[in-house]
Formats: sequence, structure tokens, C-alpha cells
Amino acid sequence: MKYIDEFRDRDLARGLAAAIAAAADPTRQYRLMEFCGGHTHAIFRYGLADLMPANVRFIHGPGCPVCVLPMARIDHAITLATQHGVTLCTYADLMRVPAGERRSLLKAKAAGADIRMIYSTSDALRIAREDPGRQVVFFAIGFETTTPPTAVAAKVARAEGLENFSIFCNHVLTPPALRTILATAGPDGVRLDGILGPSHVSTVIGSQPYGFVPQLFGKPVVIAGFEPLDVMQSTLMLIRQLNEGRCEVENQYTRTVTAEGNRKAQALMAEVFRPRETFEWRGLGFLPDSALRLADDYADLDAERRFAVTIGEVREVKGCECPAILRGVKEPTDCKLFGTVCTPDNPMGSCMVSSEGACAAYWSYGRFRYDH
Amino acid sequence: MTTDRRFPVRLDLRHGTVDMSHGAGGRAMAQLIAEVFQAHLDNDLLRQGNDQALFTPPPGRLVMSTDGHVVSPLFFPGGDIGCLSVHGTINDVAMAGARPLYLAAGFILEEGFALQDLVRIVVSMAAAANAAGVPVVTGDTKVVERGKGDGVFITTTGVGVVPAGVTISGDLARPGDAILVSGSLGDHGVAVLSRRENLGFEVKIASDTAALHGLVAAMVAAVPDLHCLRDPTRGGLATTLNELAHQSGVGMRIRESAIPVHPAVAAACELLGLDPLYVANEGKLIAICPAARAAELLAVMRAHPLGAAASLIGEVVADPHRFVQMETAFGGSRIVDWLAGEQLPRIC
Repeated sequence: MKYIDEFRDRDLARGLAAAIAAAADPTRQYRLMEFCGGHTHAIFRYGLADLMPANVRFIHGPGCPVCVLPMARIDHAITLATQHGVTLCTYADLMRVPAGERRSLLKAKAAGADIRMIYSTSDALRIAREDPGRQVVFFAIGFETTTPPTAVAAKVARAEGLENFSIFCNHVLTPPALRTILATAGPDGVRLDGILGPSHVSTVIGSQPYGFVPQLFGKPVVIAGFEPLDVMQSTLMLIRQLNEGRCEVENQYTRTVTAEGNRKAQALMAEVFRPRETFEWRGLGFLPDSALRLADDYADLDAERRFAVTIGEVREVKGCECPAILRGVKEPTDCKLFGTVCTPDNPMGSCMVSSEGACAAYWSYGRFRYDH
Repeated sequence: MTTDRRFPVRLDLRHGTVDMSHGAGGRAMAQLIAEVFQAHLDNDLLRQGNDQALFTPPPGRLVMSTDGHVVSPLFFPGGDIGCLSVHGTINDVAMAGARPLYLAAGFILEEGFALQDLVRIVVSMAAAANAAGVPVVTGDTKVVERGKGDGVFITTTGVGVVPAGVTISGDLARPGDAILVSGSLGDHGVAVLSRRENLGFEVKIASDTAALHGLVAAMVAAVPDLHCLRDPTRGGLATTLNELAHQSGVGMRIRESAIPVHPAVAAACELLGLDPLYVANEGKLIAICPAARAAELLAVMRAHPLGAAASLIGEVVADPHRFVQMETAFGGSRIVDWLAGEQLPRIC
């Protein structure tokens, strides 16, 4: 596979592992947070932790859009499907995320709600076109990566005059989340030495938006691709910055990320979306300017305005440590539910659902590493 | 076919569809059976027209297996639900080291299903059964109302006989044993996915659907002390190895670099965020044998057309946790876990 195999070369990996071992100062610790779930997945799937010296440690960040979605938003979507009788279209890994009272989209579907698993926004548009008498809602979720396709869907629906199509917008923005984690780092939060920065997100927004990390918080950032060699090379770059006392935003993922990002995609997002004043992130609480809603010009396509839904208080499962794990404060194995009542087959928290969630990665790929 | 005086007007196999009368037990059902099923699956036992097939079993231990087949789409590159339903059950019987003898087939048809497609499926079943030398000797047909089925569901049951001296079972894997696979993994699952209505990507991969009893016969003849055989269908290699590890109370260590995966399958899995180790196969098997016999078994497998790309992928180890672990291509380790739910594509 061209452009894939090159980034999974065994000999190159060994060379990088040797370089990391040589560069890592044995007298200090390197606590590096990989922001994205894609990085977490790569670290476990390829066994990268085995290739790191003991003093280089990965701390898993909140960068999985499924994991950070609060239960209330899933409840909201289930209510749309069950009480308003809409056809709800969503991406696959959202289907099993626990909502309030042990519900999920998958269980709601089994109980009769019309919930469809789709692979792209064009699928949702097609479903709306094929059944003009039925309201179709696209459950939009994701970081900046998946936001431009949602903007395109809004524009297509507008252009075609699709009156039975609307968007339940849950797009969130990465810089505010990173800012919150760094603001709470320290004695009460997670101790961090550097950040492996978002890759696909940065393809859209560029590397510039992360300038605040070294400037305000004094931590180096390396924008890191998702392939295993990307993660290893980025780790080496972070270690070198730390050793040399440098603190800047570096870009390892130069094959797709530029400083300014994709201007066309940014313009699309700016046209169709506006920042929400505040939005709840699972584990991080309500963060200002951290999510998007549809702009007033597209208000008629906003499912939250089209359908009145009231959601009561939603309680997390007692004992679930997902919120602390998402902040990097605790590890999956610190959670009493982990591997006992909470497994990928019976997830209590969102971190156990997505393949990019820290708990699912620990359980599915790494549980042989610790004592049972 | 000779004209049957019970049915003066032949079924319109080009434009006709299944309706409720085809499952009602009357003349319409008799005509469907005669002109679609018997016409293509014809053999002495089926022709007797009884509600059962009567035959004398050969001496030895009998094996019986049944399998329901639901697949969407019904037709995919390299096969269809018809041949799949024959191969799947032949393979389940063969994985005991048995020689499959006969098949039974149950059809659940949805009202409105095109007779043309039904014929295409039955012709495919007949070709697969004939090629395998395992006839369909009895069957059943039901029709459900429109919207209560998915076109056609097929359940097949097979019987076979195990040669004397052969004992193959999922609980016989022992520490030190060798683990082999007969060829590249994930071909069937990717071929089917490539034709799903909402995916429809182009890929030069055909399903590997095939009857494996010939390969198994050669393996059993050469290495009669084989411990385990299993075809990694749903859930793929990963799930099947976990099943065997659990049944035998052992762990397994496999090497990623030794596992054959077609580049096009690997690429499609990359695109969809799937792991080929969990993708379905319909013409592959996993064999576990004493380490001392592994080289001989591998040679026999590679000499057979359905095992040409066979590979020794790892070994059985003692492990009270029954983990299947994999040495990654990078030299790291990870668990190859049971599949949780179904594999779902990632968001980004």
C-alpha cells in the first residue's frame, strides 16, 4: 500500500526506537500526552509502548469525539428518534455509546426507532431525498476533521430545497479542550511535559492555532500523524525539544498539515457554523466557545430549533472514571469498573466504547501487561 | 425437463416473483419445488419426493452441522448466498476431519422476491454441491410476507463421517503446538462490503468461498494427529483463535508479519478503519498440530490449490488467562482480543 507501508517499516521503527532510547535523558521523565484517540489506537495496536524507554510515557488525552460527547446529547438524539419519529442518521461508532439509564442508539434502534448507520453525509442526504414525507436528522459529531463535510451537507440540502433534512450539530473544537487540560495541569491535574498534537484536525485548521500552548503554558507541541512511525518520530522530536530547552509548535505531519491549514474548508465552516457560547464536554465540563452550532442563515436546518426536546438531568454511572481518564489524570486501570463490569461488550463509559477510547485500547490490546 | 401435468402453465421465471401461495403447501408450492429446486438440485434421494431423505450411513462416527445464511447483498464478487450456503456447511462438517456426505436445505423466501434471482441462487447451489460431490437430498420452503425477510434466507444442514483414527476438536490445542492458516485473510468480508449499497467501493477482490473438504482430506491423510481445525468465518482469525484458546485452556502467540493478507484487502480495511484479523472468510481454515508435524502439514497444504498461500503464523503457549497475543510487525506486543459487538468503522 503506497503511502501506508512506508510509515510502518519495521527497520525504520527499530532505528527510531534506538534514537529515542539514545535521546531520552535517563535522569528525567518524559510525560507526553497524545491528544488524539487515533494516536492512542496506534500506540496500542502496534505495541509502541514496548519500544519506548521506561522514562518515556504516553498519557492519553481527550481526543476521541465519541468519548467526549456527554450522555445528554445521546439522550437528546434518542428522544428525537423516539418522540418526534424522525429518521436519525449517524456514524457507526456512536451507536453503542451509553446514554442515560443504560440506553444507547443501538438499543433504541432495536426497540423500533428508525436509526441508520451511515458512512458519509451524502448517505443521509440520499435517505432524505428517497423519503420526502419523513423528517431525516443527521447526528453530526466530530472535531474539525468531520465538520467540513457537514457544512457541505447543509449547503447541498439548501441548494436542493430538501425540506425534510436537518442537522443535530455536535461538532467540537480541539484548541479549547487542550487549553482546559493545560490550565488544570499541575498538582491537581495531570503532569505533562509535551503534547503530541492533533493531526487530521490540523489538516483543516493548520498548526498555528496551537501556538498558545508554548506561549501561555510553556509546553512544546509536535503535530503528529497517526501512523506508528509518525507517532515515534513525533515522540523523538518532543524529546529533543525538551532536551534542548526549546518550546515551540513543530509539525511532523508535513505531508498534509501546513501552518494555515485548508482555507477552503475553513471558509465553509465559517459560513455554515457559529461558535456556541458554551458546550459540555464529557470529563471537561462546560467549555466556552468550544463547539459549533448552525449559523442563523442555516437555522431552518438546525434540528435543535426544528424539534423541541427537553432532556432531564443525566447521571454518569456511579464509579465511572471516564471524566478523569479523559483529562489524563487517571489511567483506565485506576477505575474500579474497568474490566469488571465495564468491558467493550458491556461498556459503562464512553472510553470503553470507541476503538480510540483509552479504556477500550487498554482492554483490547494491552491488558496482558498488568496483573489480574 | 419433462412437462408435469399437474402444472399446465410453467412458472414465469423471467418476470415472476415469490408470493404467499408458494409457501402455502398447495399446488403453487409443489410447482416452485419442482421447477426451481428439484430441477437444479436433482439427485436420486431428492427425487423420491419424501419429507425426508432415507439413506444407509457408512460405518464410523457421524458428524452433523447446521448453519443459517443471511448475507447482504445476496450476490457479491466471487459468489452468492447459494454457493455460500453449500460451502459453509460442508466446511463446518469437514472441520472435524470428516468427509461430508449429504446436505439438507431450508429456504425462507420473502414475498415479492424475483424468481429469476431465486433460480440464479439455486443454480449456484447446485453447481457448488455438484463440484463438491455433496448432494442436497432434502429441503423445506417457507414464504414470509413482504418486509419480514431480506429476500432469501437459507439454512443448510450437513452430515459426514470421520475416518477411523482421527480425533479433531477445538479443545485439543496444547502448548508447543503450531498454528497454521491456509491462505490470505479477509477476502470474503471485503468482497461483500465492496458491494454494500452504501459503500460500493471498487476492489479487485473476490470472495474466497470454497468447499475445504478436499484440502482437509489431504491434511488428515498426511497428519492424522492434527489437533484442531476451524474455518474463521464471522469474526475472522482473531475471534476463531480466541474460541480455540478458550476451549483448550491455552494461550496463543502469533506473528503479524507471518499472517497473509492481500494488499487490496489491507487497503480496504485501512479505508474503513477495520482490522483484517476480524474480517470474515469463507474458504480458509486454521489448523493446530504438534510442532514436529508442522513442516509436513504446511507442505501438504501448499500443494493443494486452496492452501497454496498457507502460512505458519504462531504457536500455542501455556497461559491461564487464555490470551491470544501478537508480535506486531514492529516487534511490540498486543492482545488480539475477542470481537466486541461488530466491527464498526471509525469516525475519523
